[in-house]
Amino acid sequence: MTVEPGGATTAAPASQQGQQGQLSELSELSELSQPVADSSSELIQLLTPEGERIDHPDYPVDLSAADIRDMYRDLVLVRRIDTEAIALQRQGELGIWASLLGQEAAQIGSGRALSPQDMVFPTYREHGVAWCRGIDPVKLLELYRGVSHGGWAPEEHKFHLYTIVIGAQTLHATGYAMGIQRDGAVDGESGDGEAVIVYFGDGATSQGDVNESFVWASVFNAPVVFFCQNNQWAISEPLEKQSRIPLYQRARGFGFPGLRVDGNDVLACYAVTKKALAAAREGQGPTMIEAFTYRMGAHTTTDDPTRYRLASELEMWKLKDPIERVRVYLARTGQADQDFFAAIDEEAKKVGAGVREACRNMPDPPPMAIFDNVYTQPNAILQAEREQYAAYLDTFEREEGASR
Amino acid sequence: MTTLTLSKALNEGLRKALEDDPKVLIMGEDVGKLGGVFRVTDGLQKDFGEARLIDTPLAESGIIGTAIGLALRGYRPVCEIQFDGFVFPAVDQIISQLAKMRYRSLGKLSLPVVIRIPCGGGIGAVEHHSESPEAVFAHTAGLRVVACADAADAFTMIQQAIRSDDPVIFFEPKRRYWDKGEVDTAADLAGALPMDRARVVLEGTDVTLLTYGPLVRTCLEAAIAAREDGRSIEVVDLRSLSPLDTETIFASVRRTGRCVVAHEAPVYAGLGAEIAARVTEACFYHLEAPVLRVGGFATPYPPSRLEEHYLPDLDRILDAVDRTFGY
Repeated sequence: MTVEPGGATTAAPASQQGQQGQLSELSELSELSQPVADSSSELIQLLTPEGERIDHPDYPVDLSAADIRDMYRDLVLVRRIDTEAIALQRQGELGIWASLLGQEAAQIGSGRALSPQDMVFPTYREHGVAWCRGIDPVKLLELYRGVSHGGWAPEEHKFHLYTIVIGAQTLHATGYAMGIQRDGAVDGESGDGEAVIVYFGDGATSQGDVNESFVWASVFNAPVVFFCQNNQWAISEPLEKQSRIPLYQRARGFGFPGLRVDGNDVLACYAVTKKALAAAREGQGPTMIEAFTYRMGAHTTTDDPTRYRLASELEMWKLKDPIERVRVYLARTGQADQDFFAAIDEEAKKVGAGVREACRNMPDPPPMAIFDNVYTQPNAILQAEREQYAAYLDTFEREEGASR
Repeated sequence: MTTLTLSKALNEGLRKALEDDPKVLIMGEDVGKLGGVFRVTDGLQKDFGEARLIDTPLAESGIIGTAIGLALRGYRPVCEIQFDGFVFPAVDQIISQLAKMRYRSLGKLSLPVVIRIPCGGGIGAVEHHSESPEAVFAHTAGLRVVACADAADAFTMIQQAIRSDDPVIFFEPKRRYWDKGEVDTAADLAGALPMDRARVVLEGTDVTLLTYGPLVRTCLEAAIAAREDGRSIEVVDLRSLSPLDTETIFASVRRTGRCVVAHEAPVYAGLGAEIAARVTEACFYHLEAPVLRVGGFATPYPPSRLEEHYLPDLDRILDAVDRTFGY
């Protein structure tokens, strides 16, 4: 008998019994257990890749034509900002960039579902959600250019700093949600009730912190929505290196509902997030949303996905593009005309140019900023280091002055 | 002799270890098909298979914890932590489990686990990708902590680390991965300098400059620049941070009478503090000046546009050297 990674116990072929220490047999053994196949019927979808609107009994959509046009605008603009950032990295203006290409709908759909009072805990790729929270895209570039580690005011935007250590923010989100409970701000009636959404990826679901956050959120019935963008790849590792079951099914084992939504469908992402946040506000506790999407670009600008995945996979996902389906839907139903699309394209160009300009003109922080904000008050050792370094820098200025 | 980058030298060393001992495994995030984000394990999965080159789930504690289990079962896992700042989720497994198993078992259990960590700054990276956490591990009894500085040492030291029956934290200077050096890939490991010995990489008479990892090259450049001022700097590559090769350190300081320690990690409670204390205790009557330290500030690693200020460079190292002549 062998216990498979999926948890099922099956009889091993007699030829393999008694040889389990043999490494040559190991890869054969692991081939015996394939991941559970995805069932497309599990996928919540309101707008097909072809731009067909479909109704779902559990997820009515309260969006006007103007709302959907606004979402289209968001999608186009954040893609443009992303494209611009990749170019800026190539030109040496940014140290690195983590592209959201392909994940625009998951981020704009969920981001637009938030109420102003809801709190967001992002990874380092949530540029679309940041956009929805009114963060200036240039602030995001600061981090990737290396002039700050964050820099926006998290409470002002209800959007926490980017977290780079994988999954750590899921616990912060859960704790924040426990604070909302203790403040008596879990309230589904008044419209002022608060909830938390935390973003993480498929790879993060392997981390201890993420699993612990599921335990905490469940045990304390915390008002938090776990929004997992399953973009299929953790750098070079495909989903089957992280999980043998669909990710949303994990939630059940922790004691709260999980569901899978078409992550490239902005309407569905909006609707499921809205509902999950409402449930959290009403005191029904956490929900896990698995937004099934695809990382169309590299992990970051330093990564080369051609080393580990097939181009045909990308081609397949291009047919499910999150923006194109909205454009087709708006055009075909007469909710937007060519002038509208042309105006958005024009605006995108302007936004892109603005980001480019702002990035190129972004000054480096002064060297002495290194010593700021380590503690509430400077201590003697830190102060001595600061003064010593300032004096050291002065010697260069004096030398330069003398040579002039 | 072959000219190899430090990264390729590690790759060749790992390949040799995999060939020499069927119990050697390599495990970590993206080490298989991708060959690691720095390509240190490039091509090894193709040649040694998925059972020995294991792309793990994304969880550092899981990587080290399962490596401990594999080691208990007789394997010799070589774990890759993708970046220095990502080792911390695994710290319980490293400090509370890995480091103490021999002691707890009264010597009945050995855990020959190697943890490779690309370390240090200077590559313009975002947060958590430029840190130097060696003092945390050097402070933990039961771990050997080493740092390679050039291609030749990378090739031999990784093999020595894998053969060690003690767990080894193996620091790789990430900004030196592309530095080239001459490597004798056919040399017998038995004739190599042991992993726990320091090496005088440049002889000098006026001051001893102790360093390791990415700053070895910087210190060599500083020593060469100092010749213009008629100053003779002896550069010692510590190689082993725990245990420290005090014999080599003390012998050098007794010859020169002055000592500067340079590392990228914060000076405060860093390796330099331990070294300065020991040198002072053992070489007091030979010293012409207090042992000085140069390193990172008592701050988090700054945004990369400021890292040139944070990282000790040639000028800051020579400034410290100059100050030892002011006493």
